[in-house]
Amino acid sequence: MFNYTLRRLIFAVPVLVLISFVIFVLIDFAPNDPTGNLPLTIPAEVREKIRLGLGLDEPTHIRYLLWCKQFFINEPLNVFEQLTGWSVGDPDRLRLRSWSTHSPVVDLIAERLPQTLWVVGLSYILGICIAIPIGVMSAYRQFGWFDQIGTFIAMVGFSVPTFFTGVLMVVVFSVQLDWLPSIYDTTHEITGWSSFAFQIKQMIMPVCVLALYNAAQISRYMRASMVDNLSQDYVRTARAKGVGERRVVMVHVLRNALIPVVTVIAMGVPQVFGGAIITEQVFRVNGLGQLLISGIQSADIPLVQTLTFLFAVLIVLFNLIADLLYGLLDPRIRYA
Amino acid sequence: MRKASPLAHRSRPHHVWARFRRHKMAYLGLWFLLLVTILTLLGPMIWTLDPTTLDIAAKHQGPSLRHPMGTDQLGRDLFAAMMIGGRTSLMVGFMAMFLSLVLGTCVGMIAAVFKPLDGPLMRLTDLFLALPMLPLLLVVIMLWRDSLRTAFGPESGVFILVVCVISITSWMQTARIVRGEVLALKEREFILAAISLGAGPRHLIWQHILPNVLSPIFVSATLGFASAILTESALSFLGLGFPSDFPTWGRLLFDGTNYMTLTPARVIWPGLALSLTVLSVNYIGDGLRDAMDPRADTQ
Repeated sequence: MFNYTLRRLIFAVPVLVLISFVIFVLIDFAPNDPTGNLPLTIPAEVREKIRLGLGLDEPTHIRYLLWCKQFFINEPLNVFEQLTGWSVGDPDRLRLRSWSTHSPVVDLIAERLPQTLWVVGLSYILGICIAIPIGVMSAYRQFGWFDQIGTFIAMVGFSVPTFFTGVLMVVVFSVQLDWLPSIYDTTHEITGWSSFAFQIKQMIMPVCVLALYNAAQISRYMRASMVDNLSQDYVRTARAKGVGERRVVMVHVLRNALIPVVTVIAMGVPQVFGGAIITEQVFRVNGLGQLLISGIQSADIPLVQTLTFLFAVLIVLFNLIADLLYGLLDPRIRYA
Repeated sequence: MRKASPLAHRSRPHHVWARFRRHKMAYLGLWFLLLVTILTLLGPMIWTLDPTTLDIAAKHQGPSLRHPMGTDQLGRDLFAAMMIGGRTSLMVGFMAMFLSLVLGTCVGMIAAVFKPLDGPLMRLTDLFLALPMLPLLLVVIMLWRDSLRTAFGPESGVFILVVCVISITSWMQTARIVRGEVLALKEREFILAAISLGAGPRHLIWQHILPNVLSPIFVSATLGFASAILTESALSFLGLGFPSDFPTWGRLLFDGTNYMTLTPARVIWPGLALSLTVLSVNYIGDGLRDAMDPRADTQ
């Protein structure tokens, strides 16, 4: 198992380097001028100097290697220094800076990460908590009324886009009923009970919208996995030897049925982060998604490149976690 | 199967159709999709109000006989805009689905039939699956939009860009499914028989393999159609898809969010149209999968 993990981790490195190169080239080869958004009154020679200042005169491979150095060496070293207080090498090493704000990209991301994590993380956990009981119950009474309703809701859940459910909720609960705030206030600080209640109130809608969407997907997997397991021989054996029905379903079947679902849940994490881009836009949560959108709109290439690559890291990482979890949970699978 | 006897003598399409009709929601979804398609294609000929005519005097109106869905901030008719916008939405969905299907089927087929290419092509598929799609879609559209607009005109430029970008980022599932199906088919006796009768690779693919992988391709077509419509509307909703003067349902919804306190109908109609269309397409996919499943006969 340890060898397998190590091998997969080592194998992930070239994959990630390749992905980072693909993203870099994709952004770099686009027929777009990073100074195009600047005012038209800037004379051509100044514009040329700005381009020089951004390092755009270098050939693509040099700029890619420079980005790699900044991202893979300089920034991790910086984080390491901040955490331990030690200084390693030259303290003024070149940092990955955003073109539009001129602050280091990593700082910008660290600033936005908590908002996204709160909303996305909470909604994912909530979604899982809703999905698993629904999946179990629909599978237990397959084609019963609960299953029919559950199937319908799940179908609606992944057919209706989150930007429509979000806007609809805003129309109903903020505009018509005036119960919940429509805009997420990220500067809000929790100081007491009333501000805590406000925080809960402003999180209800974004969390619910995402949770509904996640629950729809996961409950389908849960149901399918339960249905598969309920007809297995070991279930009949358990019933035959007199195990109570509750114990058969909740212990024997559920534990086995959860194995594939757990890996699906792990693999879904990056997608949820991606989906949060839209939800953040609906509720004006200034998290990572919003950072990405504003970066794209202002053609802030270092920021966009880094964020997109981080999304790719998430995908590769959680795919790896899913594979490892599968091996850990299912004793039939042994990685040599 | 209870009603096997009257169906047994019919051809396969008939058979599938008969089973498809028994899936009530899928059948309903098919009718809804047909209705929406007809409305968006023929509706603008009957409802001749031009969605781009400004009528400032009639801005922000609620539903009336003249404007059944109300008007926007410039007094443009929402009903007309919905039909024209739906046409673009459906067209984008259809074209993107078709392109990604062709791409996915080709990749999957080549990988399964020509052994030496299997490894590289599947690694390519894995690489594409590991790319963060939504961020990349946004970046690519942002960076390429202006140059394609100048090259192909404002409307077809965006259309070509969105269709290409969606199809290039969504072929992987089809490729994997087709590869798996073809690999399984290759081991079957009738393929062996065809090979021993001297069938060349082209004849084998067109006459024996492709017809047998059509049903999973159809199912993945419906799923691809639904997700292409959703992706396009998400892009438009983020302000990076179609422009306001050439709207789709997603763009209409996006434009409506600024006025949702005043005229909530402007977000509800496009969102409802979008959701119901995607829902019915997903149900059609579900029904097709059930109807085409050969195991359903033996139960």
